Amino acid sequence: MAHRWTNDMTRADVTPKELWLNRRQIMAGTAGIGAAALAGRAAAQDALEPNPIEDITSYNNFYEFGTGKEDPSRNADEMVISPWSITVDGLCDNPGEYMLDDLLSGLTTEERIYRFRCVEAWSMVVPWNGVELADLLAKLGPKPEAKYVAFETAVQEENMPGVRRGVIPFPYVEGLRMDEAMHPLTLLATGIYGEPMPKQNGAPIRLVVPWKYGFKSIKSIVRISFVENEPPATWNIINPREYGFYSNVNPTHDHPRWSQATERRIGGGLFASRQDTLMWNGYDEVAPLYEGMDLDVNF
Amino acid sequence: MTLSDRINGWLRRVPPWAIYVAGFLYAAWYFWLGLTGGLGPEPINTLEREYGQTAIQLLIAGLAVTPLRRFAGINLLRFRRAIGVTCFFFVLAHLSVWALLDVQALGRVWADILKRPYITIGMGAFLLLLPLAVTSNNLSIRKLGPKWRQLHKLVYPAAILAAVHFIWLVKGFPWEPFIYAGIIAVLLGLRLVPRKRPKPVARQVAS
Repeated sequence: MAHRWTNDMTRADVTPKELWLNRRQIMAGTAGIGAAALAGRAAAQDALEPNPIEDITSYNNFYEFGTGKEDPSRNADEMVISPWSITVDGLCDNPGEYMLDDLLSGLTTEERIYRFRCVEAWSMVVPWNGVELADLLAKLGPKPEAKYVAFETAVQEENMPGVRRGVIPFPYVEGLRMDEAMHPLTLLATGIYGEPMPKQNGAPIRLVVPWKYGFKSIKSIVRISFVENEPPATWNIINPREYGFYSNVNPTHDHPRWSQATERRIGGGLFASRQDTLMWNGYDEVAPLYEGMDLDVNF
Repeated sequence: MTLSDRINGWLRRVPPWAIYVAGFLYAAWYFWLGLTGGLGPEPINTLEREYGQTAIQLLIAGLAVTPLRRFAGINLLRFRRAIGVTCFFFVLAHLSVWALLDVQALGRVWADILKRPYITIGMGAFLLLLPLAVTSNNLSIRKLGPKWRQLHKLVYPAAILAAVHFIWLVKGFPWEPFIYAGIIAVLLGLRLVPRKRPKPVARQVAS
């Protein structure tokens, strides 16, 4: 059931590699032709221009490698991502330990250009490559009693300085309600800009749920569990008042310590202005999933 | 010659104005880095935190002057005003980056001050430091007399508020804000150590 959701843009709209590799220099005005091509393209698609790869790979939250935004790009190199296996357990027909390639075989990899909104009120636009989570879950045969899907991030203590420091409890865990997991927007991403997923972004495979705050999109997944009850979610455990299980992007429900009404697009420099945050991060098609729910209670 | 004598001798050769110059150059250099991409793709937050962190470091340096003299014999008294004023300069820079570059709208700045406790606390620290910065000149010292010393004890509650402000704004449990809070607690605690009074000379009782 791939291709259930399509970008407003086609693959041809993604910045060609030779451009995103050195867009900073182009923007500095050293390559006239590239700049002209870029300007034309930017005018055509204004709002959803993907961030250049260096933004996406140098400004990350991945506490396993440290709490600083630049820590993951500095420290993630040590993570061992090959071979990579994922344990599937819980209420499903095909539990077991799968090698990543086996798990993905037969599934269609697509490109999805999504807005990415962090709970810290910054945002990016990322051209992900990946498979629909729904397709993978269908392969694993969830039982009718399975109401939620839980995920777990790898813990490689010797390779992860943040794990050794214990800034938050590890392993990092997250979860989705089954209908959220099956939604066509929900992606298991394996790459960015057509290249394999960089380690600091959650190699080799991570979740991307574009209408939720970024921390729901768990990285470097080693376990997928089908469960009956709402599974634990790391930030929700640490501070339930600040981070709800749902954590849908919602400009009207503030984080207790900061406003969620606006956000800053990464890459705009020192004088970048804030822009309004969109309900569901602009993905209104997910609204029916939460019909009848009080979003200030189930934030 | 003891170590502290040697340190004091070396310190005598450093003019206090060097602290103003170094502080200003450091702040300007960081701003320049932010302008030119040297602080990564999101320079506003980085700059805001760097100025704030430097301010709390200078606050700690200022609070260390008295205990260093009392317990280690190192005399930094000459530098205390420069440390304090430079600290306030970084507080102002921190506040400006937050209000002008980060939040960007006066209405939202005011709303944040009222609504968000860690910002309320940060503003509280700023308001406590403001009169200290204003009276950091010889004229005020002369005019206020003994009241000047009393007034400048406001730095103690300001330091506590600054430490709480830092702890409150982070996510998770990183070490740094707790280390700063610990150092501030120690420096304030040292002021509670009673000073030894010179022993009264025992009276010779004629027998």
